[in-house]
Formats: sequence, structure tokens, C-alpha cells
Amino acid sequence: MSPFLFWVFALLTLIFGATVVVNRNPVASALSLVVSFLGLAALFMSLDAFFVGIIQVLVYAGAVMVLFLFIIMLLNLQAEARRQINWLAAAGGTGVAVVLLVQICFVIRHIRAAQQTFPPLANPTTDDVRNIGAALFSNYNLPFQIVGVLVLVATIGVVLLSRREPR
Amino acid sequence: MDSFFIITSLLKIIGILFVVILPMVSYAVYAERRVSAFIQDRLGPNRVGPAGLFQPIADMFKLLLKEDFTPRAANTFYYWLAPCLAVMPAIITIAVVPFGSTLFGVPMVIADVNVGILFVFAIASLGVYGIVIGGWASNSKYPFLGGIRSSAQMLSYELSLGLAVVPVFMVVGNLQLTSVVRYQIAHGWFIAAFVGDWINPWKWLLAVPMIISFFVFMIAIFAETNRLPFDLPEAEQELAGGYNTEFSSMKFALYFLGEYAAMITGSAVVVTLFFGGWHFPGIPDGSHGWIFGLINIAVFFTKVTVVIFFFMWIRWTLPRFRYDQLMRLGWLFFFEIALVNIFLVAAILPFIRP
Repeated sequence: MSPFLFWVFALLTLIFGATVVVNRNPVASALSLVVSFLGLAALFMSLDAFFVGIIQVLVYAGAVMVLFLFIIMLLNLQAEARRQINWLAAAGGTGVAVVLLVQICFVIRHIRAAQQTFPPLANPTTDDVRNIGAALFSNYNLPFQIVGVLVLVATIGVVLLSRREPR
Repeated sequence: MDSFFIITSLLKIIGILFVVILPMVSYAVYAERRVSAFIQDRLGPNRVGPAGLFQPIADMFKLLLKEDFTPRAANTFYYWLAPCLAVMPAIITIAVVPFGSTLFGVPMVIADVNVGILFVFAIASLGVYGIVIGGWASNSKYPFLGGIRSSAQMLSYELSLGLAVVPVFMVVGNLQLTSVVRYQIAHGWFIAAFVGDWINPWKWLLAVPMIISFFVFMIAIFAETNRLPFDLPEAEQELAGGYNTEFSSMKFALYFLGEYAAMITGSAVVVTLFFGGWHFPGIPDGSHGWIFGLINIAVFFTKVTVVIFFFMWIRWTLPRFRYDQLMRLGWLFFFEIALVNIFLVAAILPFIRP
């Protein structure tokens, strides 16, 4: 992947990430987040991580954001677009973002692994789906099962909470 | 990345888009009207040209020359964006489908990525935005209801769509669509897994979950492409046309184009996964001469046409489901059937692999 494409997709991700926050219209914010996810997926693919990139699109852009839009449209959040800007909160949020950015720069400067460029893959047509599957079900089997149980608990909790009380 | 690769890829993209998909879309609309007329014992459009064959051209001029009206209450930017969002995903998904073997040594697939089927699902799932945004931006009740219905329907049926194809990839052991076709050439098409290996009882047993998988996938594709009996987002009798009510002229045509393009790519995926792709028994692949390469492409699109005809046949035969029935079917039946089917294949698989 050429550096040019990297800059295009990195800028796409960042600019639309910013418009998520800046936009006053909730639907426009949600759509900006979708474009941001697509840019992120392209960046993953530039690292030859096709599986992670595609899952990014499939799960976040294709399913989670559709649910977000569904809820935003059903609730019809008109009040959000008219609300006054809370300047104190805006300044606080910007401050946190700046501190995070400075931290990241600091870490990158002081860790040696972050400064070298990675060697290209030995075999560019590696089957990353197979690799991820093998890693999940051999080395990381226990954490994987625990995460599965956690998700199941969350699902059961949602069903329990959304159930109507019998009168 | 050499220039030969770039030039052949461009030729493939232009060829598949402008020579195959777009003419196929316009003639699919014509075929839909003729097939519906045939089923209902009418004549259908037969005035323009021989047997009405120039009807799509007349339709196109009519749609282009109509007044392009934007409702005053509509959100203009999204109103313009939505029809484009409806068309693009349907056309992009064809990129990973192998539509032929080789032609002059060039593989007849635009992008042979190793996550083939996931790419199809990921891009197809973006198609819902065109409908949802269209319904919302029109700022009108019925299109809005159509958009809401569409988002719920697509989310529900994506699950069964994804789970239904898992058995195919468990047997193949790879997500790449070209290797699915290669496996089917060597071991028989998935719709009839026992062909070529008649005496092996396990192959006969494998055919059972494969046919279940085929039916669930086919039904989920109907729901994903908003075709009758699952066209709830545009149910004419309840929603006056649904999400595309407020759209006119070329924007309406783009929605139509998107629907039919989604149907064609859906059929292409079905053919690739279950009907052996470009393979036909007795016809060698493109390495035996360019004429066989062309025949392979023709075989593939003939199969796609047959599946499209099946789509139309169903549309003009079955009545529409009610919305709660649609949701019940998706969550209480197809989801479970597809899930159990995976375990069935997993139980049979050790006896098939040598």
C-alpha cells in the first residue's frame, strides 16, 4: 500500500471522526461514524489484515450502526439539534483529547518497537482467517470461552430487563 | 503491482459493469414484466421493437426526461445521497464473485480476496443505508415507516444468511469464493453433493444439510434484496410504495437499479456457492483455449439468469407476509434451522474427509 493511500484513509478516518462530535444532527453524526469505520477498515486492509478489516465493516458499519440509526430515528431526537453548546464541557473534552494525543506521542517516541518499520509479510497471501481461528481456539481458548460466557450473561440480562411484568 | 494487472483489472471492471450488469438490470426489468404477464395470462409490454425488446430503452428515456422533483420538507443533501447509496453496494459485491475460469490466462474474477464471502456480506449489509436514509430524508410518514421496517428486516435476516453458508465453508475449509468453485468441480456441486460419488453413503447424507442450507440461504436472500414475499419496506398496499414514494425521475430509477442489481449479485452468489459457479460437466476450463473461457462465462451467466427467473416466479406466485410473520420466521425458524444445520455438517464431516 502506497503512503498516499495511507494518508487518504487516515485523513478520512480522522475528519469524519471529528464530524461525529461537531455535527448537531444525530443522524449526520451516525453516518459520519460509518464513514470513519470504513476508513479504519481500509487501514486494516493496508496491513494485509483483511479479516479484521472486513469484520470491522460487517459488525460495526453494517450491524451496530444500523441499530444506532434505527434507535435515533425511532426516538426522533430533535432537541439535540437545538441545544445550546456547553462551552465548559467542550473545553474539558478537548483537554482530555489533547492529553491523550500527547501521551501517545510520548509513548511512540520512547518505545523502540514503535520506531522501526515492520518487515513485509513473508507470504503475502497468508490465510489470516485460518490463523486467527487457530490462535483463538488453541492459545487463547480459555479467554475466548470466558468472553463467550460474558456475552451470554449480557444477552440473558437484556432479555430479563426488557421482559414485561405479568399483571 | 505491474501495469498488466492494472489494465486487465480495469478491462474486467468495465466489461462486467457496462457490458453485463447494467444491460442485465434493464432487461431484468423487462423480463419481470413479461414473466408477470405470462403468469397472469396477459401479454405484457410488446409494442416497442420486436416482441417489446426495446422497452427498456423507452423506459430509460421516460425516467430521464421526467421532472426531478424534490419535496420542500426533504433534507436535500441526504435526499440526493440516498439513491446513490442504494446502488453502490449492490454493484461492488460482484467484485469478488468468480464469473469465469480464465481468459488468455487472466483469471475471470476482479478481486480474489481470501475473505470472499465475508466481503459480500459486509458490503451487502451497507445496502440498507440507502433505504433507511432515503426514508428518513424524504421527511414523510410512509417512506419513514418503510425505512424503519427495512433496517429491522435486514438485521434479522443477515443472521440466517451468514449462518446458512457456514456449512459450505466447513466442507471447503476456506472462505475464498474461487476455492469454493474449485472444490465443487472436484467433488460435485453442493446442491447435489453425491454426484460423481454415487456409492458413498456419507455423500448422500451430506446432501441433506446442504439442501437445507441452500433453502435457508435462498429465503434470506429474498429478504435481503426486498423481493416479494418479503418486500415489506415497499409494501404498496400499506405504505404507498415505502421508502421510494417521494423519489421521482432518475433518483427513482436508481432505486430500481439498486434493487435489480442486488438481485443479480445475490443470484451470482447463490450460483457460486451451490451450483458450481462457471462449471458445467464436460466443459473444460479456460486453459484449454480462449473459446472455453468464453463458454465458461456464458455458462455462469446462464445459471444466473435461471436463478433470476426463479426470483420472478416466486414474486408472482406467493402473497406477501405480514410484518410480524416475517420477524417470527426469521428469528424463530430460519435462525435455529441454520444453527442446527451447522452441527449436522460437523457430525458428517469426519466421514467425508479422507
